[in-house]
Amino acid sequence: MVTAIHPLADSTPVAATTRPRSPGTLRACAALLRRDFMLAWRRRGELFLPLLYAVIVTALFPFALGPDPELLARIAGGVLLVIVVLAMLPALEAMFRADLEDGTLEQWLLAPQPLALLALTRVIAHWLTTVLPLIIVMPLLGALLNLPVKVLPVLIAALLLATPLLVLLGSVLSALTAGARRSGILLALMLLPLAVPVVIFAAGAIAAAQSGMPYLAPLTWLAAALVLAIVLAPLACAAALRIAVET
Amino acid sequence: MHWLGSPPNFYRFAGALRPWLMAVALASAAVGLYGGLVLAPPDYQQGDAYRIIFIHVPSAWMSLFIYATMAVAGLIALVWRVKLAEVIAMECAPTGAAFTLITLLTGSLWGKPMWGTWWTWDARLTSELVLFFLYLGVIGLYTAFEDRRRGARAASLLALVGIVNLPIIHYSVQWWNTLHQGTTVDFLDPARSSIAPAMLWPLLVMALATHLYFFASLLGRTRTGLLSLESGKQWVRVLVDGQPAQTTGAPT
Repeated sequence: MVTAIHPLADSTPVAATTRPRSPGTLRACAALLRRDFMLAWRRRGELFLPLLYAVIVTALFPFALGPDPELLARIAGGVLLVIVVLAMLPALEAMFRADLEDGTLEQWLLAPQPLALLALTRVIAHWLTTVLPLIIVMPLLGALLNLPVKVLPVLIAALLLATPLLVLLGSVLSALTAGARRSGILLALMLLPLAVPVVIFAAGAIAAAQSGMPYLAPLTWLAAALVLAIVLAPLACAAALRIAVET
Repeated sequence: MHWLGSPPNFYRFAGALRPWLMAVALASAAVGLYGGLVLAPPDYQQGDAYRIIFIHVPSAWMSLFIYATMAVAGLIALVWRVKLAEVIAMECAPTGAAFTLITLLTGSLWGKPMWGTWWTWDARLTSELVLFFLYLGVIGLYTAFEDRRRGARAASLLALVGIVNLPIIHYSVQWWNTLHQGTTVDFLDPARSSIAPAMLWPLLVMALATHLYFFASLLGRTRTGLLSLESGKQWVRVLVDGQPAQTTGAPT
């Protein structure tokens, strides 16, 4: 029962003469991805919580600032960016917690596959299940805040680059807090300084698009940072996971 | 250095060194403050208000220096698992946060008469604020663990992640917004420094004083940290009771 969703269990029969071989790295990652999707699907109600949060906060802004369409249009891009960052936080905290509690992380450490790649797989699964839906509803939220139509593609492009970057940074912090007594606001406190450059460049692209200026430069900066983070963050995350698991 | 890595040896060494460092730190602070507040001439533009730099600038240097010290100690703690380095890295954080806070507060006091505002989202101010949050994150993570050694290792890793990000944060906020005055003390090219010698020497003496104070307080904090971390160990019992505890014999 349990092995059916265990990421590293290899169900293929092995010849009796050879020692049982572990699956290749790619197959292990694919199995892990499949398992994370299955778990997310079985608790699909939870997937709507960040969306709900984003919609509620978006709806609060016109009440707080007044329904003036021009004012809303001017601030919509930055507001939506901040809302997405905030909506990502609660899910980030739980990224490794369940796996630490039920011992799955110990199996990750024991597995012959590199821990950093397993962590990167988890980041990809996390982004696809919890963050991508937020980006998909952006046109709707943009309409609520009267976001100019020409800014919407830039906002989505900026989010497509910025959110994976934030999840990569967040994975390191989430792994660090996984073994801690309490995290919650601690994760936000730790993520804030690291998120500053990401928010600055994403907001820079949005502001440039809003005023009809070239917006490609901040986006390429974001892309460069993303590439760097894809290489470095999983290594730091693996080191953090080792600290979290060892006693 | 091997000898110093052992907690009891470091405890004694730090205890012997600390009063001397502290004495020199206080003496040089007195000289630096006298030179800065009394001897140095008023600024032609800012009058006497500029004198806050004798606190502000050394504190700002210290906020970065202590973070670097913490990151180096953290790296040693993570790579070689030296218990002493873990304690040193974690004891750096509160002092560093305090210096960062002093920098922010004195800058804010200076900004009110000079810029007409307590706070502005200028690049340097923002970097310093972000640095303050990095310190708070390290302290918060360290205290969130039951097991202090595990907390120290986790927080050390966070400090290292922070130091990789620090230049990125610095340049991104610079790109974003700049109002703060440029560098006036250039150590690499003295000809480019635009500060009068009568103002420079008190500043450097104050920088020396803050460095020495930091080392003295770090030694003291590390001593206390080692005592509480090793509280069950033989050497601490000897220190507290004056004699080795009974290790053999019937349990009472």
